[in-house]
Amino acid sequence: MKSTISRRSLLVGSSALAAGSAFSTYVRAAAPPPTATTPALIAAAKKEGRAVWYTSVDLKLAQKIGKAFEAKYGVACQVERTGAERVLQRIGQEYAANVHAVDVVNSSDASHLVIWKNKGWLEAYVPEDVAKYYPADHKDPDGMFASFRVFLCVIAYNTKLVKKEEAPKSFHDLLDPKWKGKIVKAHPGYSGTIMTATFQMVRDIGWGYFEQLAKQNILQVQSAADPPKKLALGERAIQADGVEYLIFSEKESGQPVEPVYATEGTPLIIGPNGMFKAAPHPNAAKLFQNYCFSPECQQLCIDVGGLRSVHPQAKEKPGRTPLSQIKLMKDDPAGVLKAADEIKAHYVKLFHV
Amino acid sequence: MTIAAPAPRVLRRSFGFDMSKPILLLFAAILCVLIILPISWLVYYAFTDAKGAFTVGNFHRLVSDAAFLDPLLTTFMLAILSALICCAVAAPMGWLVSRTDMPLRRTVRLLVTASFVTPPFLGAIAWELLAAPNSGLLNQLFRELTGAASDEHLLNIYSFSGLVFVISCYTFPYVFVLIANALDRTPGDLEDASAMLGAGAWYTARRVTIPLALPAVLAGALVAFLQAMTLFGSPAILAMPAGFHTMTTKIWSLFQFPPKPELAAAASLPLLVLTVLLLRGQAMILGRRGYSVVGGKNSEPRLVRLGRYRWLAIAVAMIVLACPVFLPYFALLNAAFSKVASHLVSTSNFTLQNLHFVFYELSATDLVLRNTFILGVLAATIGTVIALVISYVTARKAVTGHAVLGFLATAPIAIPGIVLGVGLFFSYTRPPFVLYGTLWILLIAYVTLAMPAAYQQMQSAFRAVHPELEEASRVLGATRLRALWEITAPLLRVNVVAVWCFIFVGVVRELSAAIMLFTSQTKVLSVLIYDLNESGDLAAISVLGLCMLIITSLIVLLANKLTKLGGRPTTAGI
Repeated sequence: MKSTISRRSLLVGSSALAAGSAFSTYVRAAAPPPTATTPALIAAAKKEGRAVWYTSVDLKLAQKIGKAFEAKYGVACQVERTGAERVLQRIGQEYAANVHAVDVVNSSDASHLVIWKNKGWLEAYVPEDVAKYYPADHKDPDGMFASFRVFLCVIAYNTKLVKKEEAPKSFHDLLDPKWKGKIVKAHPGYSGTIMTATFQMVRDIGWGYFEQLAKQNILQVQSAADPPKKLALGERAIQADGVEYLIFSEKESGQPVEPVYATEGTPLIIGPNGMFKAAPHPNAAKLFQNYCFSPECQQLCIDVGGLRSVHPQAKEKPGRTPLSQIKLMKDDPAGVLKAADEIKAHYVKLFHV
Repeated sequence: MTIAAPAPRVLRRSFGFDMSKPILLLFAAILCVLIILPISWLVYYAFTDAKGAFTVGNFHRLVSDAAFLDPLLTTFMLAILSALICCAVAAPMGWLVSRTDMPLRRTVRLLVTASFVTPPFLGAIAWELLAAPNSGLLNQLFRELTGAASDEHLLNIYSFSGLVFVISCYTFPYVFVLIANALDRTPGDLEDASAMLGAGAWYTARRVTIPLALPAVLAGALVAFLQAMTLFGSPAILAMPAGFHTMTTKIWSLFQFPPKPELAAAASLPLLVLTVLLLRGQAMILGRRGYSVVGGKNSEPRLVRLGRYRWLAIAVAMIVLACPVFLPYFALLNAAFSKVASHLVSTSNFTLQNLHFVFYELSATDLVLRNTFILGVLAATIGTVIALVISYVTARKAVTGHAVLGFLATAPIAIPGIVLGVGLFFSYTRPPFVLYGTLWILLIAYVTLAMPAAYQQMQSAFRAVHPELEEASRVLGATRLRALWEITAPLLRVNVVAVWCFIFVGVVRELSAAIMLFTSQTKVLSVLIYDLNESGDLAAISVLGLCMLIITSLIVLLANKLTKLGGRPTTAGI
């Protein structure tokens, strides 16, 4: 445990500052040539039997992706789902004890991939789709990760408990005393989505908003996947933050929930996938990486999961507000990397847990 | 029995080497490693800074920072209130079951056992389903009945009082069993004598029954206090959403990224010290208040006739049992088959999707069920063997220094699960013992945590078997081990099975140490359920929780059948 370096000291103490800008177009080294899915790769993966995927995407979606992969290739996918900040802790703890269990990782806190890259744990591996189709600012110049999923962190409300015209329009609307005791909110110490969103919001609208929100008697849950479920249960009327994709899938399965795109802007969350050098199932890992970035999987993520995609062949689902029409806050993994520890500490001070 | 000729024994001795000494030494060594290693690391970490230099700064921070003082105070209040509530409920319940002609007494005992089988964290989740302020089933019922507005509620489980209530629900069985068993053992003679001398029923109760039961009530209060103080699952599930910490959740949060192991170690020590002090306090109080009530010819306790209050008594008992048993399992059953956990199952709402998800889609299900089962069987088997050998040694005073063994076996009672978890993590993530990432580290935790109760139960069983049978065997030439194996063990079969089951159930419901020690490949059922709760997957939890209940109930039923104790549960002790 003692050898675990905090992100802050990692940055200050090493000369890795340049590498901190995760998606910079500044190319330091050439990424390896792309790898296509060949019968040889499939056969090798089958021999290994399974791929182990640590992810922070909602469990049901993660298992759907895993099952679809298994149905297509006959290679199992073992899903280890927990919050992104826990994934970071888990891998750090496991690697410190020389336990190499993870093949592929997906985190909703893009700065984690930078941490693992800087530690030299990630394998340079580029799936064919990533090389051919993914925009340059959505893949690592060294070929170590790319944007597997894109989504937003949104306000939302239960339409049975809140009338449309009374629904909040902005983050500052949530500070109205009438919402006291009616808000559910997730935690940046657990969720990468919330960590990323908190960083962007602190940058754009300041800690003052959170100081006042802390006085609204919120229900503090952990995962950004939980607030949409709490809304569907009717446990709280409004979510101050939470993943947009579950609001879509809850809404489309008939639950009374509705997203709100705040007038101040909505935090944009990138969840990259990367593969580990010490992966216990390297071929299955490669096959799974190829599958994750394929138009087929990306479309599944959109249709079933409610995610968005940067694969140009994947189509947005009708009925959902297109990304282009939403005012977004800018993502900045390098910024999150620098501020994360401080955000966690300050958040605990304000919200007490 | 002792007049047999000593000749064969001498003969046998000269040929066969008595293995008992080295084996006993081995067991002593095992216990030392189990207990002393993690505690030493804990103390080392608590007194060093991030660079490894000696410091008391960690403790200074602990007492000067409100972020640590508040949880300490909260934990203290929580433990005191839970202990009081448990005793207030368990004492009359124990008396009703043991000393009155209340109908369905055996059923009530069995149901209390069922609440013991329920892990506290599962109970906490079930109570979320029941009493979350808006979506809770009981609050919906309240609004339905009173016509209250949609944002009014009767109960709020996400609160300090909600947490006290849930912890009391799942701690009260410990107290109940202690009190009911104590009352069972109290012979009727003394009460009869009191009655014959002209005392009324109330006078007899006040001057005879209550003083006799008092040590058990005090012991129960202490157990409840310790449970409430060291529990991790319930506060993590109910306190954190409400925005406050207890000591256990605080220790655990210190392990989250970026980890502060020094502070976690320092925060663990007060829990450890407090537990030791309380146990010493109990020994002092009980030491003075012991009554020798078990003699050779005791009469059966006389049952108090409740008359027309019989039905009132059972009604009250059932209402009490509704809190830890009926209502939570109803809520879990409902959530398992409902599309939305907060809606009652109806024809339009019924679904098998949750079952399908848990058993066909969730890739962790197989893994955690397998791990939990392997660990349960191994921990129960190893734990029973160790407890058997050590209690034999101490009960028969077989080797010099047997008292030390007894002390070591009881010592883990003072180590809260989460503290042991922290200590084991420090001990086994570095050379020479790198066990983190294997099932071994969990096995060590489970065996250590189970040892005190297993040892105490085995020891009382040994005391009940007179040594003359063993002596006969040894006189006829058997070594100590052979006598133990062929004579004593079969006589104790019933107790051995009971202890085995007790440890198995304990493993299945353990969360606080496992949460510190698991990796993705060594996950157990309790950790998976805790994970699912953090992402709000209540339906999957309900299915897994019911699955867990079925497995553990089968084990407990088997135990009760084998031990032929009928309604007397196998959960005596701690």
